Amino acid sequence: MKTPADLAAIRVAKKHLVASRHDNMNAVRITVGMGTCGIAAGARAVSNAFVEEIYKAGLDEKAIVVLSGCMGDCSLEPMVTVEVPGAEKVTYVKMDPAKAARVVAEHIVNNKVVTDYTK
Amino acid sequence: MFRSYVLVCGGTGCTSSNSPKIIEELEKEIQAVGLADEVKVVKTGCFGLCALGPIMIVYPEGVFYSRVQPEWIKEIVDEHLLKGRVVKKYLYQETVDGDNIKNLMHTKFYEKQVRIALRNCGVIAAEDIDEYIARGGYTALEKVLFTMKPQEVIDEIKASGLRGRGGAGFSTGMKWQFTANAEGDIKYVCCNADEGDPGAFMDRSVLEGDPHSVIEAMTIAAYAVGGSQGYVYVRAEYPIAVQRLKIALGQAREYGLLGDNIMGTGFKFDIEIRLGAGAFVCGEETALMTSIEGNRGEPRPRPPFPANKGLFAKPTLLNNVETYANITQIINNGAKWFASMGTEKSPGTKVFALGGKVVNTGLVEIPMGTTLRTIIDEIGGGCPNGKKFKAAQTGGPSGGCIPMEHFDTHIDFESLAAIGSMMGSGGLIVMDEDNCMVDIAKFFLEFTVDESCGKCAPCRIGTKRIYEMLEKITSGNATMEDLDRLEELCYHVKSASLCALGQTAPNPVLSTLQYFRDEYIAHIVDKKCPAGVCKSLLSYVIDPEKCKGCTACARQCPVGAISGTVKEPHVIDNAKCIKCGACMATCKFGAISKK
Repeated sequence: MKTPADLAAIRVAKKHLVASRHDNMNAVRITVGMGTCGIAAGARAVSNAFVEEIYKAGLDEKAIVVLSGCMGDCSLEPMVTVEVPGAEKVTYVKMDPAKAARVVAEHIVNNKVVTDYTK
Repeated sequence: MFRSYVLVCGGTGCTSSNSPKIIEELEKEIQAVGLADEVKVVKTGCFGLCALGPIMIVYPEGVFYSRVQPEWIKEIVDEHLLKGRVVKKYLYQETVDGDNIKNLMHTKFYEKQVRIALRNCGVIAAEDIDEYIARGGYTALEKVLFTMKPQEVIDEIKASGLRGRGGAGFSTGMKWQFTANAEGDIKYVCCNADEGDPGAFMDRSVLEGDPHSVIEAMTIAAYAVGGSQGYVYVRAEYPIAVQRLKIALGQAREYGLLGDNIMGTGFKFDIEIRLGAGAFVCGEETALMTSIEGNRGEPRPRPPFPANKGLFAKPTLLNNVETYANITQIINNGAKWFASMGTEKSPGTKVFALGGKVVNTGLVEIPMGTTLRTIIDEIGGGCPNGKKFKAAQTGGPSGGCIPMEHFDTHIDFESLAAIGSMMGSGGLIVMDEDNCMVDIAKFFLEFTVDESCGKCAPCRIGTKRIYEMLEKITSGNATMEDLDRLEELCYHVKSASLCALGQTAPNPVLSTLQYFRDEYIAHIVDKKCPAGVCKSLLSYVIDPEKCKGCTACARQCPVGAISGTVKEPHVIDNAKCIKCGACMATCKFGAISKK
């Protein structure tokens, strides 16, 4: 038997499942380059790290992670762009899971671009 | 947690176009490329754009793959899910704007829709109560059980102005009030999921895509009126809906949201399913109830009304599926919010099943007051193949047709009644210049004659006589006196029948007579069918100027009605012709036409 508190817990625990199933036009769009160059450089781990960090920070309704093909600068892969609505697109290069965590914490949560990781 | 969700429609329409195979292929391919931890496949209910099924939507991007074939799945998984390259050629082309991909909600079909009853359909996994809860499910029930008194719930529904969505449009709040006021310890709360109108599938989609919204609403209703047991009467022709409902009821009981101690408050309510057996009349409230009691479905006179004496002679509340689908939103967002949409006397939205001669057939939900023009031209995409719109039928066999002159009517209960039609449950069949209005009236009467329960003479005998007169007209054997008799009989059947089946059966005839009388007269006086539909009045004719004498038609004709020598114009013998049209389909020179 579920009490209201139990139901509220389910709501929180499962929110991430349904959070992105609508028009995400106003979400922060994190694009991870997943061309062959990106995959070879480890982009998969980067995209998984972003997904995990967003989930841990409870940002499932505010940010989405999508993939794209090769973005051009193959030597700088893994590459990630972050588009905050209303702001200029920021391109991060030579990313890894640890850097992803920092980008989420500083750029996505606090709106401070991590200039260390940009081009 | 998953990066991406692939939603595949598992409603009846897409299922019959093989969406289960698509789901199977997706799961196989996703596993094969090692993405099972990143991408989740979700089987949802109907998302509405049925003309483009099977449909598949990938989130978070929100891209819409349409008319998906199982053979495309490997490519979509390899290119899009693995490498982020959307396979544009498989998308709903209206969303492709150069390099940009428009979100589905910005297409003509969706941008004017306001999805309240259908809010979860096509979005949540249809068989997962947790997804329903994650999207706010059961918060309304919690609010009601812990913070509202039964009368307060009724007052909220009354204030919202919600009217029954099954067709009659009776004030839902008033119905709940009458049932609450009735004397008795045992009261029943029922859901009418019989949905008998041909072409209507609004209720089916809600049950297939969001069954918990109905369960939660029925429980709220039971609390408000004092109900202790609920029944969902669903037609047996909806196996997927029945299946989803069974699963949902089991899950609700497991979570203590139905049963002896709901949410620990001590409130008791449970719901059982009762299957229909193929009778349209069992959508009528008293026939439905007697059917649940185990009797043959036949209506009875009212009073007493079900609110006082219904199922098993106890006070009973019966509401339509779509009516229930609005309840939790009214509780959560407030009566004022609901009343702010739609029109003054018909607040809220209505779900319509768009069918017939329209490009975007499917399910749409729009605010009351939207014009027919918006629904058919903008949302529906107009009539296909360059054909001209002729009329739209609302209300199924109980409704009437709306011709071009009323194309800008704002759809609500009153305005449709004023032009001789009715809202009905929401079926909206579009007809074009190739439809014969007399034939349409005959089609609906054929249905009604079959479905009449036979209890009262006006309907049992009257509908049959009306049908026979329509047959006389479409076969070219009627006179103008027959037309007068037909019209008079219609008024008698309307006024004397026991229930709404008989009372509304003549509507298609009266309505087509009102707006398309000239077609009836053409059938009677000229013995011609202007739309070229009624077979007995058609003749197939070969144009001697165009005919090359290739003999292809003569060889196709199953009854040897075409004669002629090679390279000479051929001739059709109308006495032998069975009007099958095979010759016209075969002719490569367009020399054969029907008049």
